[in-house]
Amino acid sequence: MDLTILIFLSSGLFLGWSLGANDAANIFGTAVGSRMVRFGTAALICSVFVVLGATISGAGAAHTLGELGSVNALAGSFMAALAAALTVFMMTKLGLPVSTSQAIVGAIIGWNLFSGHATDLSALTKILGTWVGAPILGAVFGALLYVLTKWVLSLTKLHLLRLDSYTRWGLLLAGAFGAYALGANNIANVMGVFVPSSPFTSFSVGDLLTMSSVQQLFLLGAIAIAVGVFTYSRKVMMTVGDGIMALTPVAAWVVVVSQSLVLFLFASAGLKAFLNGHGLPSLPLVPVSSSQAVVGAVIGIGLLQGGRAIRWALLGRISAGWVATPVMAAGICFISLFFLQNVFDQKVYETAEYQLSPPLIERIAKDGVDPARLQDLRGERFDSELALMRALAERTEMSYRQRFEIARLAKVEPADGGDHLIGAGPALTAGQDRLAAARTAAHPATP
Amino acid sequence: MPPLDAGVLDVRADLSNTLTQFNKEPSMNARSALRVFTGTKTLENQLDEFLDLLSESSILYRAGLTYYLDNGGSDNDAFQQKLKQVDQMESRADQLRRSIELSLYEQSLIPDLRADMLSLLEDLDFLINVFEENLYAYSVENPAFPKSLHPLMKQLTEQVALSVESLVMAARSFLRDVSAVRDHLHKVMLYEHEADQLALALKTQIFGSELKLEQKIHLRYFVDKVEGVSNEAEDVADWLAIYTIKRAA
Repeated sequence: MDLTILIFLSSGLFLGWSLGANDAANIFGTAVGSRMVRFGTAALICSVFVVLGATISGAGAAHTLGELGSVNALAGSFMAALAAALTVFMMTKLGLPVSTSQAIVGAIIGWNLFSGHATDLSALTKILGTWVGAPILGAVFGALLYVLTKWVLSLTKLHLLRLDSYTRWGLLLAGAFGAYALGANNIANVMGVFVPSSPFTSFSVGDLLTMSSVQQLFLLGAIAIAVGVFTYSRKVMMTVGDGIMALTPVAAWVVVVSQSLVLFLFASAGLKAFLNGHGLPSLPLVPVSSSQAVVGAVIGIGLLQGGRAIRWALLGRISAGWVATPVMAAGICFISLFFLQNVFDQKVYETAEYQLSPPLIERIAKDGVDPARLQDLRGERFDSELALMRALAERTEMSYRQRFEIARLAKVEPADGGDHLIGAGPALTAGQDRLAAARTAAHPATP
Repeated sequence: MPPLDAGVLDVRADLSNTLTQFNKEPSMNARSALRVFTGTKTLENQLDEFLDLLSESSILYRAGLTYYLDNGGSDNDAFQQKLKQVDQMESRADQLRRSIELSLYEQSLIPDLRADMLSLLEDLDFLINVFEENLYAYSVENPAFPKSLHPLMKQLTEQVALSVESLVMAARSFLRDVSAVRDHLHKVMLYEHEADQLALALKTQIFGSELKLEQKIHLRYFVDKVEGVSNEAEDVADWLAIYTIKRAA
């Protein structure tokens, strides 16, 4: 195995550890916080099911994150992952439940800004939408499930001790489901960056088990997550489980189920296909934040009970953490990339050239822009998407979206091709192919 | 409430054999962690048995005092037998309480209500202790109630027993059907109020009688002791009302 890959892999593992210490902690936070499940039990089940989710169903939610930005150099990927990991680590130290997804999105935007790549605003909007949607959905699920559970309990008249026993098992099962969903949903954040350069090769054990190189990579990431759960998740668990609002065991179960459902809705390709197939609206497959879903569910139950028990000050700190996380990650990534590039002389992004070819100018003309205004850009080469977009903005009234589309197609493909994509699993391959084909069409004369 | 049939009550003398069997049960600590549901069932049974003991001891208390008033104490076999039975029940209730409390802590059960549960168990156990203590006091001190006071004393004892019965029902509902707790708690308050009135009437009659002062004071002391049980039951009921609010949240 190439030593460089191993060194770069370390930041992914650090990010995995951070995810384990923070995001994964949320799943069993209420169970541990309400003292229904011991920390050791929670950590063990969480680890096992995160590993299973990551290796069996990983990469499902990677596509949208990949659309946001394609970190195309290994050193850049390393720094983006490191910046995200550092941000999550700092938030974990503060005991605040944040999201690895938020951190990695911030880091990608930081890389985009540094490398001159344009950020796909529609993908960003989709992701930001889930940051608002996930807690709201968590709150709605939490409130509805709580009412339903209380109603069922009032009918069944379970003995207090039996209810306690069932709740304990319910928490473990729902937590296992949540951990599986988290592994499936979030592993791409951790290891997706290394997919194109995976040092592993596929192997089979008879007809029983076949593990692709990607699955092995995800397994490694999942183990890092498990280590994070065991070593550093207790503090966040207590914040989620007891800090925002004291929860009864039944409410704790409702929270775990609600956040698992939210994660599952945003991670299940099968469910999306089913909903689309039946003409029903579906949610985008985006790596959402388990922290936000959990906090949303707790608030949902709290509001249902009148909101008096909610500690709003802590909630304010958590919300501030959610806003600060992507901003911090972007800032750390941008500054670190500068040092990595200029002090350590590392190639943090692949340089590329962008040119307005005649087919592209024709396409712009179809959008109602006078081609004469682009006359001086004909043949000119730009060293970044942002530079080309700025030039277009100076000469036309094209929207950001239109300029972004043109800039992506204007890239003159290098001979060797092949981007390293952060947050990208195998799901991105088809998208890459389509983009490359579109670029080829836009540059028919490009060698 | 109809008068208690001594024959039926005597059947309870066999209770001590059953109790001895329970004493031989292994502690929850020794149970395998895998037997979670079995452990829960055992604990449920223990709680039920504990409440049964309180309920039965209140019935025996009432029967014992009835025998006492009818036939005196020291040479009254029926009264002495009731005293013995209540004494055994008190010991068994103590054992059960300890075992339940230990299990609740060892297995970290009902973490949100564990403290309330322990307080409730302690309070209920205290009532059985009071029953036993009262019967012993009657046995040792032999208070001489004039015949004219017997009907009121029997009524007082009945109201006291009913208040404890209602409390037991409320405690059972707390465990199984929290919405029904209030239905029983208000009865505890009612019976306690009735007991207060009867105790007042009794004391008025005692101090309006021609009895010697020391006898009046002695009888007043026993009226207070009997009435005190319903006061205790009312206090426990007040706490149970608060635990119920927490449980229903």
